[in-house]
Amino acid sequence: MDFAASFALIVPELILTGAGLVLLMVAAWGGDKSARFIAIAAATAFFAAGLMLVPGLHFGTDGPEVIAFGGLMRVDTFALFAKALIYLAAIACLMVAPAFFSGPAAGAERGMRAEFPILILFAALGMSIMVSASDFMTLYLGLELNSLASYVLAAILRRDGRSAEAGLKYFVLGALASGILLYGMSLLYGFTGGTDFATVRAGLTGELATGAMFGLIFVMAGLAFKIAAVPFHMWTPDVYEGAPTPVTMFFATAPKVAAVALTARVVIEVFGAQVLAWQQIVMFTALASIIFGALGAIGQENLKRLLAYSSINNVGFILLGLAVAEQAGVSAMLVYLFVYVAMSVGAFAALLMLRGEDGTLYETFSDIRGLSVTKPAIAWCLLFTMFSLAGIPPLLGFYGKFVIFQATVDAGLIVFGAIAIAASVIGAFYYIKFVKVMFFDEPEDVVKGSSGAAHWALLFLTAAIISPLGYLLTPSISDLADKAASALYLAV
Amino acid sequence: MDGFPILTTMMLVPLAGAILCLFSGGAAARGIALAATLATFALGVLLWMNFEIGGPQWQFTERAELFEGFAYALGIDGISLMLIMLSVFLMPICILASWTSINKRVGEYMAAFLFMEVLMIGVFAAQDLFLFYIFFEAGLIPMYLIIGVWGGDNRIYASYKFFLYTLFGSVLMLIAMFWMVGAAGTSDIPTLMQYNFDGDAQFWLFLAFFASFAVKMPMWPVHTWLPDAHVQAPTAGSVILAGVLLKLGGYGFIRFSLPMFPEASGELAWMIFALSMVAVVYTSLVALVQHDMKKLIAYSSVAHMALVTASLFAFNVQGLEGAMMIMLGHGLVSGALFLCVGVIYDRLHTREISRYGGLSINMPYYATFFLLFTMASIGLPGTSNFVGEFLALAGIYQVSTWVAFVCTTGIILGAGYMLYLYRRVAFGAQNNEDAAAMPDMDAREWSMMAAIAAVVLWMGVYPESFLAPMRADIAALDARIASAAPADDSQLADGPARERAANAITFEAHERGDH
Repeated sequence: MDFAASFALIVPELILTGAGLVLLMVAAWGGDKSARFIAIAAATAFFAAGLMLVPGLHFGTDGPEVIAFGGLMRVDTFALFAKALIYLAAIACLMVAPAFFSGPAAGAERGMRAEFPILILFAALGMSIMVSASDFMTLYLGLELNSLASYVLAAILRRDGRSAEAGLKYFVLGALASGILLYGMSLLYGFTGGTDFATVRAGLTGELATGAMFGLIFVMAGLAFKIAAVPFHMWTPDVYEGAPTPVTMFFATAPKVAAVALTARVVIEVFGAQVLAWQQIVMFTALASIIFGALGAIGQENLKRLLAYSSINNVGFILLGLAVAEQAGVSAMLVYLFVYVAMSVGAFAALLMLRGEDGTLYETFSDIRGLSVTKPAIAWCLLFTMFSLAGIPPLLGFYGKFVIFQATVDAGLIVFGAIAIAASVIGAFYYIKFVKVMFFDEPEDVVKGSSGAAHWALLFLTAAIISPLGYLLTPSISDLADKAASALYLAV
Repeated sequence: MDGFPILTTMMLVPLAGAILCLFSGGAAARGIALAATLATFALGVLLWMNFEIGGPQWQFTERAELFEGFAYALGIDGISLMLIMLSVFLMPICILASWTSINKRVGEYMAAFLFMEVLMIGVFAAQDLFLFYIFFEAGLIPMYLIIGVWGGDNRIYASYKFFLYTLFGSVLMLIAMFWMVGAAGTSDIPTLMQYNFDGDAQFWLFLAFFASFAVKMPMWPVHTWLPDAHVQAPTAGSVILAGVLLKLGGYGFIRFSLPMFPEASGELAWMIFALSMVAVVYTSLVALVQHDMKKLIAYSSVAHMALVTASLFAFNVQGLEGAMMIMLGHGLVSGALFLCVGVIYDRLHTREISRYGGLSINMPYYATFFLLFTMASIGLPGTSNFVGEFLALAGIYQVSTWVAFVCTTGIILGAGYMLYLYRRVAFGAQNNEDAAAMPDMDAREWSMMAAIAAVVLWMGVYPESFLAPMRADIAALDARIASAAPADDSQLADGPARERAANAITFEAHERGDH
């Protein structure tokens, strides 16, 4: 395959790279005044890159013609599906960011910094590379590009103590995770003699050597850090709480999708011959994430922190699909990811609309007391989102859990599924607390400020998706997810 | 009626009403809600009139492959028809009951009720296993809001308890459903009702479904959410909870547990009997010592529902018919009793029994209706509950004399607590001046009470109208489960036939001419 064909496969990444570099120059000469323009341009770039994905998603791409750069990347439907979600999440983040940074929540430095959209661009580019990696080198390259941009994003409010703390914590723990992952990769390289997925997979057939086993476990641990799965989840609440809310929205969606997709690709493609070795790990992680994510959230007063635990809880359900270790499970996992992104974007968009008269952002339970009286539209959308996160029908969150548990039961993991679904009831407890505070308590009446059209658009769009109307989308989403999952299994 | 999607229409009308209510203010919302529920009731009457008795088992079927993983499939048999009628009949009464007592956030309140109606029709009409689950579970959302926003002082505890109890009960059923659909290859309920799952699997599937239906029913010992939810919910919330939501458990047993897992049902009938016996006696005794009217009626509901479960698992036609008739009768009567409580609660704002007394003096019409419903709850002949209780006990007797004996004590205790309640509220001296000054019912309250009273008497005097649509379905169910019926102890044996009819002697004497 020649280079031109390889480049043709990575047009979305090229668009993002080009946009990132050009906008960086604009930022350098235009300064923070041009931030708004850069944000719009970056969103347009995401949109353009997203459009490039449509033909591939529609017709489905797999087989040998999706391998780019001599096996470094694999741009199959699976990667395209993940990229589409990542770009959508990035656009959502760019839509709500300017209002956040121009409000008092941004502290001493009002106004969005020009590099913010560019960092989002580069982070998403890293994720793009991650999800289509088919070599440990590409994987690491994408992962680090994403991580480095993310560390800066978490700490973008330089003068804000919490933001700086979040950035530092994220950096230290992220670096540790990268180290563990790198160590695992080097062990795998040592025992199999290659870094590309096909070679490593070939080297891992048959009896697993102890060293290779260590490699596998280290890689899994490193990835678990990135997706914030228990027991490597400790950084999540602190980072989510400290980071500026639009960044938290981004963290809860795009990198999660990327890291989950990456994990799926690694365990299916690389460790596909050693299912028994990793299935137990994933099963344990999934159950532990569901339970600890739910228990940890119960005492929380800060809503962002609570949503951090909620994301840990959701990762548990996503991993449940992976633990099935079958194509149906991967497909279910992708459907759940779609629903999860919609729910998270909705939840954070609503959180960003809890403004006081002077624009102060509120983010604790006591601030949203009686919200249904003062701001009924936001309250109802949040109610939808919370019941959806709890998996109560007829909201779309139920469909996410539906496909996951159906895959689990169909694969014969009935007891495992029963335990997981019983544990999901614990999670319902704090989701309905949201509703209780907003609907049953006496109004606090601090949330008085108005929000821009971008917020309303996001809120209503996500509310429409997770409402029962979203079920009409299920045939097409399932179809896409099936195509993506079969592409992943075709690579094996 | 050919091809007209009447069931979908019946769901769309209240849905449209709910959306309208959400965006309109107090007075308008009340009008919209009443109009929507009355229109749905009219459609329900149309449905009943067009239901062909003795026709195909499933009528008014609709099917659309709208979703991935399950289908939008609706259709009803006689059992569903009767329960849908109960729901659409009670709904306008619920709206009327909330006419003056709900003053805050009326639009949202009415929307919650109308949404509830959509779900109730959906749950009884669903012909796809997962569609059923969606309707079944979705009821948690409006009910949680109704209890939590418009409930009494301890509403938050009650709403949490209601939500988490019922959710925990249901999730295991979902896992079981996945397994069934995987094994049978279809999620179509009529097909699954004929599918024979293997014995061991039936056992586990039965338990998973049991977890859900027992909580919904509610059966002892998982009934504790009910008194809390009832006491805290607003009057109309209690009516709908007692009138329809409790029937979901019974409907579940009759639609899923019995026909889909007959073997397991037979094997585990002893467990159902044991729990029902405990419930009948225990909750009746608890009801005797209540000071709170709503709590008393709530416990009496648990006792009645225990009779339903016992007679369902009697595995014979009388038992099944009796269970259905108790459910219908209890839906009307307990709903009416909650309305009776609501009428005086609206005036005095207390449910404490001792705060009332001698109401038959200043509220004679109220006392009359209250008496009628009290008698109906006891099962006086001529009222709806008599038919159901008689059939149920006759059915239970055939399978176990002991269970029948214990259940009958429940009816005697029921007479005890209901009459005791009535005596304290309506008879005796008027010790409380404010209670003695309460005006009698107004036209709105009259219309609610009279409507229910008419149906209660209709059902008691001519139950055939209600039994006829269900007869074929119950016979089919009985045929399906007969082979798995548990061994009975009453040893009914056909004795030698009489040579002459019982009245033959007088007849012959008359013939001979000696007087």
